[in-house]
Amino acid sequence: MTSITKPPVRHPSLPKNALGLTKREYEGAMSTLCAGCGHDSVTAALVQALWELDLPPHRAAKMSGIGCSSKTTAYFLRQSHGFNGVHGRMPSLATGANAANKDLAYIGISGDGDSLSIGLGQLCHAIRRNVNMLYVLENNGVYGLTKGQFSASADVGSKSKRGEANVQPPIDPVLLALSLGATFVARSFSGDKAQLVPILKAAMRHNGFALIDVISPCVSFNDHETSTKSYRYTRNHYHDIAPVDFVPLRREISAEIPDTSLVAVTMHDGSIVRFRKVDSEYDPRDRDAAYAYVRARQAKGEVVTGLLHIDENAADMHGVSGTVDTPLVELPYEELCPGSGALAELMEEYR
Amino acid sequence: MPQPPNGAGVNDFAFKIGTVNGTGSASANSLLMQAIFRMGIPVTGKNVFPSNIQGLPTWYEIRVSKDGYTARPEHVDLVVALNTATYAKDVAAVRPGGYLLYDSSWPLDDTLIREGITILGIPFGRMCVESFQGDRERTLLRNIAYAGALAALLEIDMDVIGEMLREKFSKKKSLLDANFTAIKLGYDYARANYTCPLPFHLEKMDANKDSILLDGNSAAALGAVYAGATVGAWYPITPSTSLMEAFKEYCERFRIDPATKQRKYALIQAEDELAAAGMVIGAGWAGARSFTSTAGPGISLMSEFIGLAYYTEIPGVFFDIQRTGPSTGMPTRTQQGDLLSIAYLSHGDTKHIALFPANPAECFYLAVEAFDLTERFQTPVFVVSDLDIGMNDWMCPTLKWDDSYRPDRGKVLDADALERIQRFSRYFDTDGDGIAARTLPGTSPKGGYFTRGSGHDKHAIYTEDSAAYLEVVDRLARKLVTASTAVPAPEFHAQNDASGAADIGIISLGGCHAAVLEAVDRLRHDGRSVDYMRVRAFPFAPSVREFIESHSRCYVVEQNRDGQLRTLLAIETGIARDRMTSVLDYGGLPLTADRVVSGVLAGERQTGAPEYPSVRSAVPTMSS
Ligand SMILES: Cc1ncc(C[n+]2csc(CCOP(=O)(O)OP(=O)(O)O)c2C)c(N)n1
Ligand code: SF4
Ligand SMILES: [Mg+2]
Repeated sequence: MTSITKPPVRHPSLPKNALGLTKREYEGAMSTLCAGCGHDSVTAALVQALWELDLPPHRAAKMSGIGCSSKTTAYFLRQSHGFNGVHGRMPSLATGANAANKDLAYIGISGDGDSLSIGLGQLCHAIRRNVNMLYVLENNGVYGLTKGQFSASADVGSKSKRGEANVQPPIDPVLLALSLGATFVARSFSGDKAQLVPILKAAMRHNGFALIDVISPCVSFNDHETSTKSYRYTRNHYHDIAPVDFVPLRREISAEIPDTSLVAVTMHDGSIVRFRKVDSEYDPRDRDAAYAYVRARQAKGEVVTGLLHIDENAADMHGVSGTVDTPLVELPYEELCPGSGALAELMEEYR
Repeated sequence: MPQPPNGAGVNDFAFKIGTVNGTGSASANSLLMQAIFRMGIPVTGKNVFPSNIQGLPTWYEIRVSKDGYTARPEHVDLVVALNTATYAKDVAAVRPGGYLLYDSSWPLDDTLIREGITILGIPFGRMCVESFQGDRERTLLRNIAYAGALAALLEIDMDVIGEMLREKFSKKKSLLDANFTAIKLGYDYARANYTCPLPFHLEKMDANKDSILLDGNSAAALGAVYAGATVGAWYPITPSTSLMEAFKEYCERFRIDPATKQRKYALIQAEDELAAAGMVIGAGWAGARSFTSTAGPGISLMSEFIGLAYYTEIPGVFFDIQRTGPSTGMPTRTQQGDLLSIAYLSHGDTKHIALFPANPAECFYLAVEAFDLTERFQTPVFVVSDLDIGMNDWMCPTLKWDDSYRPDRGKVLDADALERIQRFSRYFDTDGDGIAARTLPGTSPKGGYFTRGSGHDKHAIYTEDSAAYLEVVDRLARKLVTASTAVPAPEFHAQNDASGAADIGIISLGGCHAAVLEAVDRLRHDGRSVDYMRVRAFPFAPSVREFIESHSRCYVVEQNRDGQLRTLLAIETGIARDRMTSVLDYGGLPLTADRVVSGVLAGERQTGAPEYPSVRSAVPTMSS
């Protein structure tokens, strides 16, 4: 990390988004991760997606726990507030922040250790509350930051760098989320930016908890022949079932050639997510079918990716609890304090 | 040891009712307490209840004190024994010369027979079986029947009772009639069979005009509402649960948008206390006034998050309604056992602001103050109450609100302020008070920064550099020094306003206050010279140290085994622990004045202080 502040380099040639910002302005501090780490690719995809979405950087809040993956919130959106909390507890911080200010775009980044071991409970309950946020689980099957111990997502038989095989069954965040009633569930691969970017964009627009399990290989501790979370294994067993195309609100979509394998889902804000059904029987709107499909393919050793489930009709945490439309942080104090008259009246009930 | 004022008299006595949990005695007991209160007589009620929903013994103790003493009484003049399982304990609790009232539907049990007390029997059960239908109604109304008997024996104003029953059952005519019948059953039987009233009884006074009956948890919740708190997150635990429940009730009343019926608050029942703490901190970070309420086990779980909030400087109010520890301990008994853990909660060098309310009224005012302090100092603030304050109805001054109050949001830079500065550095101490300005997420592109619990420099940038790290943690230490001068000052009850320190200096806090005040009066009445300091906050104000230094004999009265306040005083002031004598009471029941008096006198005997003759000729008056 350098302490010298460099003057921002302007590249007049760089394309600008609707806010007049270049992609540079969606970047953050220099990454300190290992060269080739999958997490850096996820960061790059995020920068691309957020830039394409014309998100005002200061209206985003980046939330993370602890781990190599959780560090990456420092590597994008330098103008945003970021919160690198404690290990496994990012969901509660995000829930509280969202309760206070529902109008920010919450971007949560976590790892498989952070989410599936120490933080499993908090992840489940954030899903259950349908907290409106993006939740990227950068899944490498190991604890990167503490140097290579198996995580709860390591597959049976998957070997550690020292050759020792994992014997415990994995927790699959996708199946977990589906069974908990998550309203947006996707899986992707850090090496497939073309797939990841539109999924990230759709997730950002989802009104509720959007979980993306991103296979993100750890080159230092888990990217070898016998690991199921390696680049090679993932590439070889990768099966994109529902390629996604995200259509923002302002883009004209009428002149499309009808395609029977295309499914369109209108998001909360009117934008549209379309995906092509590779397998005709697969419909991401059907939770049970999605679960069965993922299970069946898993049995064949396939890593099913894409937008696996979406339910755009469910209410988020605020919708369920019926909070006012104005973010609570913006309510003036005068609207919150009942005043001396009300207190005097209330006191009569305690005599 | 001096004996308590014997021979209870008019408006100066205590009684206790022993029943079985879950039989509906609570409403009869509060009816009695409230009726006495409405007669204008100072009264206190303490519920001694089990950690159980149904079937275990429960007691309710009511003390009447024309002089306004509100501490739990050491001796009771009358025991109403309605639980056969606790007969032996109940009969032993009657002071010599006192009375025992039992349900004579069954023959007098041998255990109840005792020399030197008067035994009164009233067949509550039988009368209710004869007058009412159904088990449930008979059980519930037996409670009202004993209330009726007590009304006769103690001369509780029947008009007041009638008025209260009408208020309570205004919408349920059949219940109202049944309650009146039950009251009359007990009342008439007592009048017909015994000399009513007893030698100690009630006479109307006019002492409660500006008082209310309120529990500390409701008061604290109301404080949160008035302070403008919008986010509450919690996980149920006795004895803190009623705080959040009260917050919900007040919000449903005061915080619903009249047009849309939407809520101007968020109340989240978290999956555990870790999550509750995280939510409070997340909301505080985002700019809301946020809080949780919990008890010891929750405090232990919140430890890691508290360290994060301390180091990253995020506000949040944490109500700890202490119960008896360690571990699960006795969940329905009181204690002050969390003082040390709260003061330095979490790993590494940490220190936290804690406020110690002594009664429900103070729970209200200190709750508001806690929200100001937490935002001003950008650090977690604990409001350390206890089960006795939190769950019992206390007589306290009517709560008042000053409409000119505006929240102290501390140093928060808005978009305009950010425009005026060159570069925003989150942890930069521009004013020399240890407090750096913060920004809220969403404010402006110039306000962004990265909050991290890992090592950071004054720009909030990750660091592993000693000097950069030290700069931040040393400022945090300075900030807490500033806080010691801003937190509520101790309350002093000096023997002499002008002529220097008294021989004895008593130091105490929180729920001990009522008992200590009474004990101070008694000690002074016995000719001792006593000053009393009630500590109201941590870190201690400089005057705390001065008080200890100026008293050669200091007694620290608190409700835990290890003298935690005494240890804290020693650590923070540098005065040797041995310079102070502990007076401890930690069995789980609210403190009595007798325990304080005897503890101090035992210490005085050891120091060789002269014995004073007891000169208790008149009832001591309450100190200011
Ligand atoms: C309470 C606590 N326990 C343990 C640690 C140590 N720790 C830091 S990161 C980590 C595992 C991170 O794994 P993962 O979330 O998968 O992130 P990755 O580094 O693999 O991206 C652990 C155990 C900690 N920071 N806090
Ligand atoms: S240890 Fe693994 S997860 Fe961590 S930065 Fe290196 S490659 Fe990435
Ligand atoms: Mg990992």
